[in-house]
Amino acid sequence: MTQPSSRTPLVELSDVSKQYGNVRALEGVSLTARAGEITCVLGDNGAGKSTLIKIIAGLHQHDGGTLALDGEETRLSSPREALDRGIATVYQDLAVVPLMPVWRNFFLGSEPRKGAGPFKRMDVDHMRRTTRAELLRMGIDLRDVDQPIGTLSGGERQCVAIARAVYFGAKVLVLDEPTAALGVKQSGVVLKYVAAARDEGLAVVFITHNPHHAYLVGDRFVLLKRGTMTGNHTRHEITLDELTRQMAGGNELEDLRHELERR
Amino acid sequence: MTATDAPAADERIVRASPLRKLLGRPELGSVVGAIAVFLFFAFAADSFLRASSLSTVLYASSTIGIMAVPVALLMIGGEFDLSAGVMVTSSALLSSMSSYQMTANVWVGVGVSLLVTLALGAFNGFMLSRTRLPSFIITLGTYLMLIGMNLGFTKLIDDTVSTKSIADMEGFTSAKAVFASTVTLGGVDFKITILWWVVLVALASWVLLRTRAGNWIFAVGGNQDAARAVGVPVTKTKIGLYMGVALGAWISGQHLLFSYDVVQSGEGVGNELIYIIAAVIGGCLITGGYGSAVGSAVGALIFGMTSKGIVFAEWNPDWFKFFLGAMLLLATLLNAWVRKRAEATK
Repeated sequence: MTQPSSRTPLVELSDVSKQYGNVRALEGVSLTARAGEITCVLGDNGAGKSTLIKIIAGLHQHDGGTLALDGEETRLSSPREALDRGIATVYQDLAVVPLMPVWRNFFLGSEPRKGAGPFKRMDVDHMRRTTRAELLRMGIDLRDVDQPIGTLSGGERQCVAIARAVYFGAKVLVLDEPTAALGVKQSGVVLKYVAAARDEGLAVVFITHNPHHAYLVGDRFVLLKRGTMTGNHTRHEITLDELTRQMAGGNELEDLRHELERR
Repeated sequence: MTATDAPAADERIVRASPLRKLLGRPELGSVVGAIAVFLFFAFAADSFLRASSLSTVLYASSTIGIMAVPVALLMIGGEFDLSAGVMVTSSALLSSMSSYQMTANVWVGVGVSLLVTLALGAFNGFMLSRTRLPSFIITLGTYLMLIGMNLGFTKLIDDTVSTKSIADMEGFTSAKAVFASTVTLGGVDFKITILWWVVLVALASWVLLRTRAGNWIFAVGGNQDAARAVGVPVTKTKIGLYMGVALGAWISGQHLLFSYDVVQSGEGVGNELIYIIAAVIGGCLITGGYGSAVGSAVGALIFGMTSKGIVFAEWNPDWFKFFLGAMLLLATLLNAWVRKRAEATK
C-alpha cells in the first residue's frame, strides 16, 4: 500500500543551517520526506545527523533556510509541538522504562481509561490486547506483554517504540541510528519494521552511518559530512557501491587503503 | 514446560514457568520472609499463637504499615522522605494545639492538621521539583526543621515537652472512635488502625496497578526522562506522592493523639527509617521503579511480628535491631537479584 510519492512532502527542509555559538553544525542541508517513503540520512560521527534530528523533532530551531510540514512553512518550538503535528522521534537511547511491562510502556503517557469519577481506571484488557495486536501487526510476536520491556533485546525495544509511534498516529517517523548497537540479525528485524512502518503510509527519516542498512530500505539518500550536504540522491540515481564509497569518504578511503597496504 | 510452547518468534526465548513468574513478583521475598518469621516465633514463643498476641502483632504492624504504604509508593516513584517520621508527630501536635488554642471542637483541629500536613508534603514535592536536588537532602532539611518546630512550638505554647490534654473537649469521643478505637471480634480486641491499614493497602494497590497515576508512578521512578518525553507529568506525580505520605502521616498522627490525649513533641524521630525498611523488605527497589503496596504491608507485618515476638519469647528486646538489620540485608540482596533479572538484556 505504498502511496504515490508525487504528493506534498510531509517534511521538507530546504537549505537549512544551524549554528551553536560560533560552530556551524549544519549548513545548506535539504531533505524531503514523503508518505510511504524512507529518506535515509547518512553521515559519519560529527556529520550533523543529530543536529538535523533535533531540528525535525523540535528540540532545536534552525537558524537559516526553511522547514515546511505538509507544505506549510513552520518552526517547531518544542518536542511536544512536533509530536502534536505527527512527528514521532525514536531516539537511540529509547524512551522506555526498562522495569515496566511492555503494555504499560506502550501506552505510557496516553493511557486509555474507562469508568467515571473516582472509579476512572486504565482499560487494562484493552491495553494488553492492543499492545499484542499492534506488535503482531508489525510482525513482533511477543511471548508475554507482561514482561518488563528491559528483558527484550535492543532490536525488539526499537520495534516496540516504532509500533507505539505508528499506533499513536504519527505521520512522520524519525529514527535515530536504530541499528547502531545491534547485531546483524537484530538489525534485519528492525529494518523489517522500518519497512512495515513505511507500508503503513508513514514518512520515515532513517538516520544511520551504515550504507548497507540504508540501501536495503531507502528511497532517498542524503549524505552529510562535517555539517554540509555532500549528496542527495534518489534510489535510481545511485548504486550501493557508490553510496558506500561516498559515505566512507570516497578518496579518503582510497588514501587509507594505500597507507595501510604500505605497512 | 518446553521451549516448543513458545511462539516461534525467537528460539532463544524459553517460556517462563509459573514458578519463575512467581519469583518475579516484588513481594515474593517478603512473603517467604514473613512465613519464616512467623514459624520461628510460633516455635520460639508459646504465647505467640494466642489470638490476643496476634492482635497485638497486627496492631504493631498497622502503625508502621499505615506509613509504609505511601512511603513505598514514593519509593516506587524514585524518591525518599526522611521527614515522614517526625511529620506524624507534627500532624498530631498541630491537631492537638489548634483545637486547644481555639477551644474548638477537636474535629476542627483534625481538619487544620490535615490541611497543614498535606501542605508540608506538597512543600517537599515542590522543593524537589524546583531545585532538582536529591530528595535525601530536601527531606533531611524538612526532617530537621520539623523536629525543631515540634519542640520549639510546643515549648513556646505549652511551656513543656508535651501538649495539654484535650480529653474533655468537644468531639474527642467521636474522633477517638475514628482514629484510636478498639473493635472486639470473637472475643479478641482489634485496634481500628488495622482497618485503616487494610483500606490504605487496598487503595494504594488499586491506584498503582489499575490507574493512570499508577502507571506514572512506576514510570517516574523507573526512567524519569523517558517518562517526561512521552508526556507524563513528572512534577505533578512526585508532588502527589509526597502528599500521599503526608496523608499517611496525618492518619498516624491522629491515631497518636487520640490513643492518649496528649502528644510528646520529641516523638517520631527514627521512624522514617522503619517505614523505608518496611518498604524495602516488601520488595521496593531503593532506586525506584519497582515494588508494591502489598509488599510494604508484608514488610510492616514482619516488623510487627519481630518486635512483639521477641517480647513474647521473653528475650532481650535489644536483639530486635539485629533481626531488622539482617532482614534488611537479605531483602536488599534479593531485590538486587530481581532487578538484575528484570533488566537483563537477552
